[in-house]
Amino acid sequence: MVNHHHTGIVLKLLLIPMVLVYFSSGYAAEEISNISVQRQAELQNLLIQDCGSCHGMTLKGGLGPALTTDALKNKSRKMIEVTIALGRPGTPMPPWNRILTKEEIHWIVNILYTGVRL
Amino acid sequence: MMFFIKTIPVIFFFSLLGACSSMHLRGTGDLGVVIERASGSIQIVETTNKTALSRVVGLGDLSHASVVYSRDERYAYVFGRDGGLTKINILSSKITKRIIQSGNSIGGAISQDGKQVAVSNYKPGGVKIFDSNTLELIADIPATYGSENKQSKVVGLVDAPGQRFVFSLYDADEIWLADLASGKPVITKYKNIGRQPYDGLITPDGRYYIAGLFGEDGLVVLDLWYPEKGVKRILDNYGRGSKKMPVYKMPHLEGWAMTENYAFLPAVGRNTVLVVNRRNWKQVTSIAVHGQPVFVMARPDGRQVWVNFAYPRNDTVQVIDTDKLKVIKTLKPGKAILHMEFTPRGEQVWVSARDAGKVTIYDTENFNSVATLPMNKPSGIFFTHRAHRIGL
Ligand code: HEC
Repeated sequence: MVNHHHTGIVLKLLLIPMVLVYFSSGYAAEEISNISVQRQAELQNLLIQDCGSCHGMTLKGGLGPALTTDALKNKSRKMIEVTIALGRPGTPMPPWNRILTKEEIHWIVNILYTGVRL
Repeated sequence: MMFFIKTIPVIFFFSLLGACSSMHLRGTGDLGVVIERASGSIQIVETTNKTALSRVVGLGDLSHASVVYSRDERYAYVFGRDGGLTKINILSSKITKRIIQSGNSIGGAISQDGKQVAVSNYKPGGVKIFDSNTLELIADIPATYGSENKQSKVVGLVDAPGQRFVFSLYDADEIWLADLASGKPVITKYKNIGRQPYDGLITPDGRYYIAGLFGEDGLVVLDLWYPEKGVKRILDNYGRGSKKMPVYKMPHLEGWAMTENYAFLPAVGRNTVLVVNRRNWKQVTSIAVHGQPVFVMARPDGRQVWVNFAYPRNDTVQVIDTDKLKVIKTLKPGKAILHMEFTPRGEQVWVSARDAGKVTIYDTENFNSVATLPMNKPSGIFFTHRAHRIGL
């Protein structure tokens, strides 16, 4: 248990520079999406199926917490974006920036905050 | 007189027809269930003629759904993500009973005597045990831990000989052994077993419960012949290692392949299958494979091991020769291969491809595809012979 606590604190300390680095690398919230319709369908599928394998297919939670609009409404959007991009070290949440572009992650976060049509 | 002679056979013929359509007799030993996870339905399938027989709908969120069978192999118990527990008569394709037993569940097991069905829950974290006949609650075991009495997510629930269930507490780093021989659960808790146990399995003989750890390397073993001796660590370098490769889908332990000498395990976050000596749990070698393995399953005779892989390399299945310890075949059954199930004696294997919307059936000797069945986002495949296997 002591162990858990330590990693928790270390993780939080680590996250601050991680957030800074992530956002200073030219990533600003641009609203226009030039993701093709086909890619959007793929991302929607990825969200429901592959994120769903840990967060539940209705995103109401599983091994990972719920990602419903309700669950996210009081959480910082930037924080959520960084979590998806870089993962949460020490937990099963993997970094998706090796697989998804920043724009794609941004698109997913938009979908999460506006509500996924399941 | 003539009238009688003519009508009796006619009446007899019609009543026979009626009997045929309403109660065509058949066994269930060659039946199974394929989960259609997106539509909350299952298809009941039959392996002798390789056909889908019927669909049952209205089963809720079936992501990560699993199935156990009653010991008469007539009823399937389907565990859904949304806490749903559904008992289905696979002969009549009807829902016998359906309950929502928690907010969020992850799997289930059936007791040695077939009379109890247990479900492991994420929210509220714990295990609930039901009468397999009526689905009435027999026991509620909240997975409370620590000084604040928090409830942990429960994973890796299996049945064990002696009317016991074993499971792991993901948030609490504990393994619990629940003995129901007396009708009421008697719990033995093993604490500080290692960080974040994420799944568990029981060896096919029912002797060893093995939990995988996400938070550190190594595996935890509980010898159920000598539970008083506590847990032991094995394979200290099994895990993500120092590099901590990201894992896009948690590997499953349930499908662990055991042959006479070796156990074949999915490496965590690495593109290898590990081969371990079953006697001393020392690693013998590792076999390079296509991606991060998810299910590593032995054909019933142990001659082959079939492997599927995590996203994004999940369009492939590989076959390992368990004697030569190398990959002998690579197959591409379609996008998003989620599960594989062998026919009871292993001459064929059914493989589900979620995004391709089909199940492909392979001959395991020549690797030819012998049939494909269209399905709606198929995931788990469960055949009835599981009814008589410990831990399934
Ligand atoms: C292998 C399992 C796994 C997969 C796959 C996964 N996640 Fe996670 N995710 C987790 C876990 C576990 C956590 C909780 C981490 C913690 O304890 O802080 C988490 C946390 C998160 C959080 C933070 C939520 C919060 O309330 O702070 C977000 C956002 C998230 N995941 C999004 C995603 C998205 C989007 C995907 C797919 C692209 C995804 N996850 C795929 C396991 C996973």
